[in-house]
Amino acid sequence: MSEAPLLEVNGVGKRFGGFIALADIELAVAPGERVGLVGPNGSGKSTLVNCICGTLRNEAGSVRFAGHRLEGLSAHERTRLGLARSFQLPRPFATMTLAENLRVPILYAVNVRSGHAMTDIEGRCDELLRMFGLHEKAHRLPRDLTQIEMRKLELARAMAAEPRLLISDEAMAGLSHGEVDDILELLLKLNEQGVTIIMIEHIMRAVLAFSQRLVVLVAGRKIADGDPQAVVREPDVVQAYLGS
Amino acid sequence: MRNTTFTALLVVAAAIVFAAMLWVHNGYVFFAGYVVLQYIVLATAWNILGGYTGYVNFGVAAFFACGAYSTVVLHKLWAPPLIVMILVGGLVSGIIGLGTGYLTLRLRGTFFGIATLALAVVAQTLVTNWDFVGGSRGAYIIRPEHARYLPLDYIQYLCLWMLILSVVALSTARAIEHSRLGVGFATIRDDELAAEASGVPTLRLKLIATVLSGAFMGMAGAPLPYYVTYLDPSSGFSLSYAVNTIAMPLIGGTSSWVGPLIGAVLLGTLQQVATVTISSALSLLIVGLMLVGFVVAAPNGIIGWFAPATRTRMRRLRGAR
Repeated sequence: MSEAPLLEVNGVGKRFGGFIALADIELAVAPGERVGLVGPNGSGKSTLVNCICGTLRNEAGSVRFAGHRLEGLSAHERTRLGLARSFQLPRPFATMTLAENLRVPILYAVNVRSGHAMTDIEGRCDELLRMFGLHEKAHRLPRDLTQIEMRKLELARAMAAEPRLLISDEAMAGLSHGEVDDILELLLKLNEQGVTIIMIEHIMRAVLAFSQRLVVLVAGRKIADGDPQAVVREPDVVQAYLGS
Repeated sequence: MRNTTFTALLVVAAAIVFAAMLWVHNGYVFFAGYVVLQYIVLATAWNILGGYTGYVNFGVAAFFACGAYSTVVLHKLWAPPLIVMILVGGLVSGIIGLGTGYLTLRLRGTFFGIATLALAVVAQTLVTNWDFVGGSRGAYIIRPEHARYLPLDYIQYLCLWMLILSVVALSTARAIEHSRLGVGFATIRDDELAAEASGVPTLRLKLIATVLSGAFMGMAGAPLPYYVTYLDPSSGFSLSYAVNTIAMPLIGGTSSWVGPLIGAVLLGTLQQVATVTISSALSLLIVGLMLVGFVVAAPNGIIGWFAPATRTRMRRLRGAR
């Protein structure tokens, strides 16, 4: 990795009482990179995302993003720096339409970061909704969405914050084969536009198609990090994640 | 409609209401009107926190009574003009709101509600044991006959101030709804975690809501000692303030400034009529029955019947920058 990393996770640790959720995690992500993060249920993937995004406080180690130390910064301040995430279980603003959902990060992240109000917020929302194929439901409430549309709304809202790094937390969970391809295509397109992406996923077909680098967590520890095809053949990974 | 235009219209409406009250030429209209207007301020204040952000405050009586007792303190010390007492009442309750916010806003749902209820109990215990404001015996305030600078009876003067406070509270509530702040409040109500992830500074916004809500409740309570002329802890911290104040926005609708206004006018007027025609004890029963009825028949309040929530919000959010 020749370029300075966009995200640096150094020795991050997190406990829940006596349970070690994360232990000494090291991770560096370069600008524009596509990283897959996999691991069995309970391996600490979402906890790591929560520590990076500020939803949880890591007790050990440090996280740096775009040269900024993130310790002491709350989740919204990290979003304003350009670090966005989607949630494993979609969490739309239920009483707001899709367009209104997208307005929130524009008002609170993009406008604050730039220091002035975006002149055409509605145009930007429309652009995002079209990109994610949701424009026909722009003025509907999230309860009217299908499962894949809900996932797309999660990603669209994260992208409305105009992030440099997007963490997609199991955006394909529960989707059909074709729908997985649909999301995969969207993520690749976002990456082509310059967005660095960490994809957390269980669907290995999609992970392998997407990732330039694969990181594997097991029981809160990183057991592999490297070329996806090589990583999935490592005996520890096969044993712990894919089954022997 | 721009906020300034709205406020101007509200001022005109308030002037018409006050002129009509004077024209009726009946002292009771001002006594009853004061209570209804007081509930407009309280219900609007409650809705800023409870309706917009979804944090249900059962400690209304604490904020309200602290405003009232700040007036008792000022009256004993210096007896400044009523405007000063109202501002001090708002300041005291606003500060209590800020403290409450810092201590409790990491709680949600029932836990937050119980914490605010506990606040009322703590505040009442402190006041009950504070001799300077009369302790459990209560405090007597001699109400002047007439306003100092206006040709009005003092009760008319108090009513005028409550009308002014209603205009300020309603204008503030509407301005919030049409601002970025209102959008932020709505995201907190819908999903706080997602709000943070979208860049919304949830803690700061919740503190703003508790301060504003508490300050308006304190301002509503500040003229109370002059209205009742005798204030003791059990009446100042009465649970009926909380019950009424929560019921009014729920009946009118919590998604807009109109809801608390409709709820307060409807319920407040009905209670006043029942008090003089049937029984004063019946007023809380009316609240209970109406609340049950509206929760079943109109879960989004009266405004929910007329304006689908999405349409109202769309218009509102278009203005937010």
